[in-house]
Amino acid sequence: MAATTFIQGFLASIGRSTLGLIASFGRVTIFLVETLSHIIRGPFYFTELGHQLLRIGYFSLPVVGLTTLFTGGALALQIYAGGARFNAESVVPSIVAIGMVRELGPVLAGLMVAGRVASSIAAELGTMRVTEQIDALTTLSTNPMKYLVVPRVVAATIVMPLLVLVGNTIGIMGGYLVGVARLDFNAATYIQNTVDFLEFGDLTSSLIKAAVFGFILGLMGCYSGYNSGRGAQGVGQATTNAVVSASVLILSVNYLLTELLFPA
Amino acid sequence: MNDIPKISLRGVSKSFGSKHVLANVDLDIVGGESMVIIGGSGTGKSVLLKCILGIMRPDAGEILIDGKSATSGDRDAFLSRFGMLFQGGALFDSLPVWHNVAFRLRQGSGRLSKTDARDLAILKLRRVGLKPEVADLYPAELSGGMQKRVGLARAIAAEPEIIFFDEPTTGLDPIMSCVINELIREIVVEMGATAMTITHDMSSVRAIADKVAMLHDGKVQWTGPIGEIDASGDPYLDQFINARAEGPIESVR
Ligand SMILES: Nc1ncnc2c1ncn2[C@@H]1O[C@H](COP(=O)(O)OP(=O)(O)O)[C@@H](O)[C@H]1O
Ligand SMILES: [Mg+2]
Repeated sequence: MAATTFIQGFLASIGRSTLGLIASFGRVTIFLVETLSHIIRGPFYFTELGHQLLRIGYFSLPVVGLTTLFTGGALALQIYAGGARFNAESVVPSIVAIGMVRELGPVLAGLMVAGRVASSIAAELGTMRVTEQIDALTTLSTNPMKYLVVPRVVAATIVMPLLVLVGNTIGIMGGYLVGVARLDFNAATYIQNTVDFLEFGDLTSSLIKAAVFGFILGLMGCYSGYNSGRGAQGVGQATTNAVVSASVLILSVNYLLTELLFPA
Repeated sequence: MNDIPKISLRGVSKSFGSKHVLANVDLDIVGGESMVIIGGSGTGKSVLLKCILGIMRPDAGEILIDGKSATSGDRDAFLSRFGMLFQGGALFDSLPVWHNVAFRLRQGSGRLSKTDARDLAILKLRRVGLKPEVADLYPAELSGGMQKRVGLARAIAAEPEIIFFDEPTTGLDPIMSCVINELIREIVVEMGATAMTITHDMSSVRAIADKVAMLHDGKVQWTGPIGEIDASGDPYLDQFINARAEGPIESVR
């Protein structure tokens, strides 16, 4: 008896969360379509876009740079250790490069910028929602989707490829520094191997991923903040939701994009 | 003779989940008059204003402006007829005071240049008793009373024909409240605007109102000219204006 009620309760809660998930998916999709429809119709707030480019892009450089630098270094050490088991230590430069450019550069930058930017967008828009600033925009004949959401989403989409370009370079440099200083690679050979091995397709796929991740984290930050619940608690919840949903989406979309861009 | 009311609410209802906030509100506001809405906290006064502005969609009922449905026609043109002072000020904290005040004038086709907008903002700030130095500060650097004045300046900047004031004196000291009340009265009279003010401050009511409407339990409980509120014979209104704990309005809500 007790067991059946427990199982029933358990199944009911699974059912409820599944329905909840589907409902949020639907709401995000509607928000996405609405955002796209405002991106293609003016007016467009270029000053706002400028602010957001600076805020999202420039100020994320240190975070992305440090993350990729250390990851590139660690990657070189691991690949060296792994390669040594097959007497293939020489693959370090090429695998670091391909791992960085195809996967780690966009994913790490995506996650770090999601943590830094999606959260702050959500907190900002959430506060604006709670303090009626979003309503005030409407009464001043300004569409908040156009004034707040579009510049943030577009800025994140533009800026992420640039950040990832820098991140890739610094990550490869991290591998290079470790390779040359700790693993006795010849500096010129290391660079030669990296450059020879990387293909143009690696780079474009990296940038496509970056742009998609930028769009996702901008969108999820805006969605969570724009639909923030009431009070300080609502804003806190919105901030958490933004980071969690953006990160999970970035990782799952990364898998899909990898399947699409590099079919096995 | 024009007897179409400026704003006319017909059977407006709004619920949040199972909570019925507005249930069949009927109200007429005559052009050029100052209507004050009173009622306890959480009775849906702010929701009512937001429904008129179209920020919230009522579940049922009709809202007419000059006899025409508020939801028909061009939304920008509709909104440009309104100015609103929000309950918490709702100033944009990323923008300096002057840009807050002149925000609407920097939008759309006939937008002003930066210098013109700033000059006009300073003019409006002076109108609400603020010095030009305030123009370049940010909202967070102002006191509550100054924020209310900036909000007031923003609401009147584009010379709207209808102005809403949501609790303009809440959280201010009595002297500042008095100043704001007088300011609202003066501005409404000199602009010839139609005004709707929400308040639970009886001194505001007496200072601002031509007509009063009391909202209770989702309906308009009483409405009439300011001169009649003391002898209305309505137990709800009597309890409210005399601030008594005993009466038909339950104190636990
Ligand atoms: N966006 C909303 N979502 C859910 N409930 C709301 C929302 N806005 C207002 N309410 C509820 O409606 C009621 C009336 O709110 P409001 O109009 O702000 O009251 P007041 O008369 O004090 O201005 C409150 O109980 C409030 O909790
Ligand atoms: Mg209110």
